Amino acid sequence: MRRSVSSPIDAALTALVGVVVALVGIPLIRWAFLDAVWTGSAAACRAADGACWAFVRQKLEFILFGLYPPAERWRAALAATLLVALVILTTSPRAWRRWLLAAWGVGLAGALWLMHGGVGLAPVSTRLWGGLPITLMLTAVGLALGFPLAVLLALGRRSTHRVPRVVCTAVVEVVRGVPLIAVLYIAALVVPLTLPPGAEIDKLFLAQGAVVVFAAAYLAEAVRAGLQMIPRGQRDVALALGLRTWQANRLVVLPQALRIVVPSFVSIAVGFFQDTSLVVIIGLFDLLNTARVSAQDPQWLGFHTEAFVFVGLIYFVGSTLMSQYGLWLERHLATSEGVRPH
Amino acid sequence: MRLRSAALQGLGLGLAAAVLWWLARNTAATLEQNGIGLGFAFLRQSAGFDIGETPIAYSPADSFLRAIAVGLVNTLRVSAVGWVLSIALGFVLGILRLADNPAVRGLARGVVELVRNVPLLLLLLFLAATMTALPPAREAFEPIPGVFISNRGLVLPTFGSVPRLEGFNFVGGITLSPELTALVAALTLHHAAHISEVVRGAILGVSPRQRDAAHALGLSRAQTLRFVVVPQALRAMVPLLATNCVSLTKNSSLAVAIGFPDVVSILNTTANQTGHAIETMLIMIAVYLTLSIAVAAGMNAYNQRVLRPGV
Repeated sequence: MRRSVSSPIDAALTALVGVVVALVGIPLIRWAFLDAVWTGSAAACRAADGACWAFVRQKLEFILFGLYPPAERWRAALAATLLVALVILTTSPRAWRRWLLAAWGVGLAGALWLMHGGVGLAPVSTRLWGGLPITLMLTAVGLALGFPLAVLLALGRRSTHRVPRVVCTAVVEVVRGVPLIAVLYIAALVVPLTLPPGAEIDKLFLAQGAVVVFAAAYLAEAVRAGLQMIPRGQRDVALALGLRTWQANRLVVLPQALRIVVPSFVSIAVGFFQDTSLVVIIGLFDLLNTARVSAQDPQWLGFHTEAFVFVGLIYFVGSTLMSQYGLWLERHLATSEGVRPH
Repeated sequence: MRLRSAALQGLGLGLAAAVLWWLARNTAATLEQNGIGLGFAFLRQSAGFDIGETPIAYSPADSFLRAIAVGLVNTLRVSAVGWVLSIALGFVLGILRLADNPAVRGLARGVVELVRNVPLLLLLLFLAATMTALPPAREAFEPIPGVFISNRGLVLPTFGSVPRLEGFNFVGGITLSPELTALVAALTLHHAAHISEVVRGAILGVSPRQRDAAHALGLSRAQTLRFVVVPQALRAMVPLLATNCVSLTKNSSLAVAIGFPDVVSILNTTANQTGHAIETMLIMIAVYLTLSIAVAAGMNAYNQRVLRPGV
């Protein structure tokens, strides 16, 4: 009965969607491909109806690397590759062992050395850093340092002692209660005041600190949710076997709790990858800001859409891959025991 | 054991106090060097800067306090509109994603995935740049009679007042500035995409037998959704909708990136003009914590009502 009634409606709906897709899609394809200008000057672009990819090509190095000295850009590219490689390595549950921590330590130090220079490489001031390496670094370092801090905050929040419980609860709730922009402003405007007079602190370092604290507060709630799912008996048994509280947490409770909440870490990571774009507000040149600034070049005015579409694609591909990985991981952890963490 | 715990906690507190004291001493020295005192008295001074959008009366001669109030009203205005629009659009998208027709389902999914995988700030900057690049008022788009979109912003009709073009500008109706339009549109799209996931999850969470029973009783699909599925799904949804509303209010602070005078933008200007960064940041924290708590309390009250049996 339902099928026979819904059939014509179904057909009409499908046709309607087809019309909508065609109305949006055909002009879009004409703009992006058929009428697009791939090489040439701004004048050639203005004469055409389509997208000005020539502009993105012209600005590609600036969008990806900001003001990083052209002769040294291979270093920024290598650092970005290193960070992506670390993330890819971490996606395999088989890699969740102690050596992964060492790999992150070495990898992050290597990426920082490549970007910053010294010890055999020409030094490059952080004021010149920009583009993709900044976005990747803020995300990767934010999550990598935020994670241990989050575990401490979550354990502290469940502590039987009053002082750590109150302090950890206050930190998590205040940071989660305010926007990331507020945390960035506090880092940029208030933190420098608390240094000894005359001391200076790097703006990128401050922004990174803000992202770490912000990530820690959000991850801490995920960890706490995991801790709550572990039956109390697990801890009691560990204590009865003679383990100290921190041993029981480290060896019995945390390994189980963290496994449960890894998928929610992934969705937090996707959010952070996108949210690092807010450092625009305090004047850092991350991927989104380099795109925005290149569209303000008086020679190339009016091509902001192309710049935003280009970096939008980078964000879209990165976020989609991460989300898909999160879904895969959830199924993987649910169906198999995977590899036991050590 | 008790004694040891107390001693350790005392030691921790002492250490923290020492660090805080050192930071406070540095701060006092820096402030003294810059000739800036600590305290909220500066709020009564004349602000001296202009504000682009003033829903309540304001002039540069007014106090900083008044300027901050203007920003706060702007934040609340954007939030309130954003909540309503994003929940409405989120419901539509969420229900479309569960449609029987695969084409409808696919289209809704495409929109949601596109928005969810792009940073909100990118969406906002793109919409703001697009608004400024629109044709002037004389060549405004009129997608629906009485609604005009131009580089002056969005003009909407109100009850009894339909806008029309007179000379170079519109008279009648209400005009939303390009910044406000871009901000509300970006927040609505971003949060609608997230809310659609909440709605979809909550509807899928309602037992399919409820649906079957409703069909057996002769209810149509629309009636089943309206009277059986959605009321039950609401109970699962409300806490997540509340979280989304709070996060929309926090995200409205992105206004500062496109020059819309929300509370964060004005507090930032105040901090830069007066040097009272600590006080202004404390106000910022207080404002957002109050908003978060107020919204959470409001949603909790609603939640209680929804959970009450028989309603």
